[in-house]
Amino acid sequence: MKKKSGVFSKATDTQILLFITIVVFFGMYIGAMIFQGAGFLKAQTFFNILNANAALIITSCGMSIVMITGGIDISIGGVVALVSMSCAVYLDRMDGNVPMAFALALLIGLAFGLVQGALVAYLDIQPFIITLAGMFFARGMTTIVNTEPFNVANEAFVALKNTRIIVPGFGSVNKKGVYVNAYVEIGVIVALVVVLLMFLLLRYAKFGRNLYAVGGNSQSALMLGINVRRTRFCSHLLCSFLAGLGGFVYFMHVGSGSASHATGMEMNAIASSIIGGTMLTGGVGNIIGTLFGVLSLSTIQNIVSSAGLDQAWWTGITTAAMLCLFLVVQSIIIARKKRQSAK
Amino acid sequence: MSKGMNFLKTKILGRQIFVPIAALLILTIFNLLVDPSFFKITLGYNSTGDPVLSGYLITILDYGSELAILAIGMTLVTASCGGQDISVGAGIAIAGSVILRVLCGGNSRPEELQAPIIVAFLIACLVSMAFSAFNGVLVAYFRIQPMVATLILYTAGRSIAAWINNNELPVISDNTFTYFGGFIPGIPIPTPFFMAMLCVIAAALLLKFTNLGLYTQTVGINENSARLNGLNPQFIKFLSFVILGLCVAVAGLIKVSRLSSINYSVIAKDIEMDAILAVALGGNALSGGKFNMWASILGAYVIQYLTTTLYKMNVQSDALPAYKAVVVILLVVLSAPSVRAYLSKLGKRKSAVKKEVA
Repeated sequence: MKKKSGVFSKATDTQILLFITIVVFFGMYIGAMIFQGAGFLKAQTFFNILNANAALIITSCGMSIVMITGGIDISIGGVVALVSMSCAVYLDRMDGNVPMAFALALLIGLAFGLVQGALVAYLDIQPFIITLAGMFFARGMTTIVNTEPFNVANEAFVALKNTRIIVPGFGSVNKKGVYVNAYVEIGVIVALVVVLLMFLLLRYAKFGRNLYAVGGNSQSALMLGINVRRTRFCSHLLCSFLAGLGGFVYFMHVGSGSASHATGMEMNAIASSIIGGTMLTGGVGNIIGTLFGVLSLSTIQNIVSSAGLDQAWWTGITTAAMLCLFLVVQSIIIARKKRQSAK
Repeated sequence: MSKGMNFLKTKILGRQIFVPIAALLILTIFNLLVDPSFFKITLGYNSTGDPVLSGYLITILDYGSELAILAIGMTLVTASCGGQDISVGAGIAIAGSVILRVLCGGNSRPEELQAPIIVAFLIACLVSMAFSAFNGVLVAYFRIQPMVATLILYTAGRSIAAWINNNELPVISDNTFTYFGGFIPGIPIPTPFFMAMLCVIAAALLLKFTNLGLYTQTVGINENSARLNGLNPQFIKFLSFVILGLCVAVAGLIKVSRLSSINYSVIAKDIEMDAILAVALGGNALSGGKFNMWASILGAYVIQYLTTTLYKMNVQSDALPAYKAVVVILLVVLSAPSVRAYLSKLGKRKSAVKKEVA
C-alpha cells in the first residue's frame, strides 16, 4: 500500500489520467470479447469503430487543445453539420469538384475559428458563451443553407467515399467461407495523421508547450514572456480548423447533408477529452489519451447497442455516466494535489 | 445641458434595467415601422366557446412565461456560480415526462386521470429538484465548472425523460389539464402568464424577506471573502441550483399542458440558450456577482418578443438560432470589460473635446 502511493505520487497528473484511460479501454474491450464474443473478436469490428469515429477523433484533438489552454469549444458539432451541408449542396446542386469542397470545409472551420478565437482571446469573453452562440449560429445556418436532408450523387465524391484501404493480416472468414480483408476508410488515415501531428505539436513544438503554460497558469505564462492572448487565439483557430477538417471526414463517411448531422458531437468530443485525461481546469492533457478516450467512449456505446439495449436513450445515458465518472475522478485528483501542496 | 446629460447617463443609462428596456423599445419601433398590425389584439372565442384574447402581444405574454420562470432560477445560478445551467431544456423534458407518467399511471391513453394534477406536479417538483441537486453537488462540492457539470444532464436528460415513460407518448384527454398551458374558462388571458406572475411574486417575497439575494451576490463576487464572513458558499450554490430545479418543474408543467402530451426530443428545445440570453439581456454579468432579477424577467419577455417578431417575418423555426446567436454575440461583445472600457474612454474624450471648445 505504501509503495503504491509512492509510485502514484511520483507520477504526474497526466500519467495517472492516461494510465486510467488506457486500462479502462483495454479492460472494456477484453471484457466485451469475453462476455459478448462474436462481433468483438473480429478485427473488423474494431476498424468499424475507427471508421465511424474518425471525425470524432479529429474534432476531439481540437477540443483537447482548447481544453489544455483552459478553454472549451462547443461549436464543433454545429460546424461539422454546417460543413457537411455546405459541401453536399456545393457538390450536388452546384456541380462542384471535390478539392474545392475540401477547401470550402477548411474555410468554414477557419472562419469560425477566427471569430471565436478573436472574441475569446482579445475581448476576454467566456469561451463557453461564445462557442454556444457559435453552435447555434452554425446549426441555424445549416438549415438556412438547406432544410431537407439529401444524399450526394457526385461521382468523384462517391468514389472517394467508397475507397477502402485494406489492412493486411486482419481479415476474417465470413459466413460463406470467403476470406474478407479488413479495411479502413480514408478518414481513418487522416485521423491518425492528425493525431500524430498534434501529438508532436504538443510534445515538441514551442507553440504546444505554450499551450500547457497558458492553461496551467496564465499569469506565470505572461511573466515568462508568452503571448497569452495569441496562444489562446491560435488554440481556438486550430480547434475550429480541425472541426472543419473533421466535418469533411464526417461528410466522407456519411455522404449526405442534414441539419441533424453530428448532433451532440461536441458532447462526445468533450467527454472523450475528459476521459482521455484532459483537465477542464487546463494545463493537463495529451492527445494519445484523447485517442483512447474516443475509443473507450465508442466501445462502450458499441457494447451497449450490441447487448440489445439499442434504444436510443441508452447511448445518451452511458455517455453521460462515463463523463460524470471521469469528472469526479478529476475532481478527486485535483483535491489530492491541493492537499499534497498544502503539506 | 451637460448636467442634463450627466443625469441621463447616471440615472437612466447607468441603470441595469435600461438594457432590456432599450431592446424592447428598439423592437417595438421596428415592428411599428414594418407592420403596425403586430400590436392588434382581438377578443375571440375558442372551440369550447370561452372568450380568449389573441394577437402577437398575447402570444409573447403566453410563450414568454416559461422563459420568465426559468430566468428567475437562472439568474440566481449565474450570480452565485458565475456559470449557467445548460440542462434546463432536458430538465423540462424530465419534469414533463414525470407529470405525464403520474397522471397516466403507466397507461398511455387513459380515459381519466390516475392521480390529481397537484400530486403529479409535486412529484415532478421533487424529481426535478433532485436532478438539479445533482448538478448542484457537482458544481458546489466537486468544483466542476457549471456548464460542463450540467453538460452531463444535457446529454442524458432527454434519454432519461423517454425512459421514464418507456418511450411511449402518453396523451391526456382530460380537459382540466389543458388549463395550465391554455385558458381557464371565462378568463381571456392565458394561464401561463398568471403562473409566471405567481413565480415572480414568490421570488420577490423570497428576495425581500430573506438574505438569499445578498448572500448569492456575496458568493458570486468573492467566494473566499464570503466564506471568511461566515457564509457557506457551497451551500448557497447548491441552493441556487435547487431553486432552479423548482422553476424547471413549473415550466415543465406549462410545456406539457400546452400539448397534453410530450415529444422528448423537441420539447423545450434550445430553451437553455434563451434562458441564458434572458439573463444576459437583463444586463447581468454572466461571470457572476451582482444581479437584477427584474431585468432578467423583462429580458425573458424581450427574448420572446424577438422570437415572435422573427416568426412573423417568416423565419423558419430551425433557422431561428442563427439570428439569436448574432444577438448573443453582439450582447456579450458590448458587455465585455475591454469593450466597455474602450467605449467609456471614447465618451470621455468626446466630452473633453467639448469642454475645450467651450
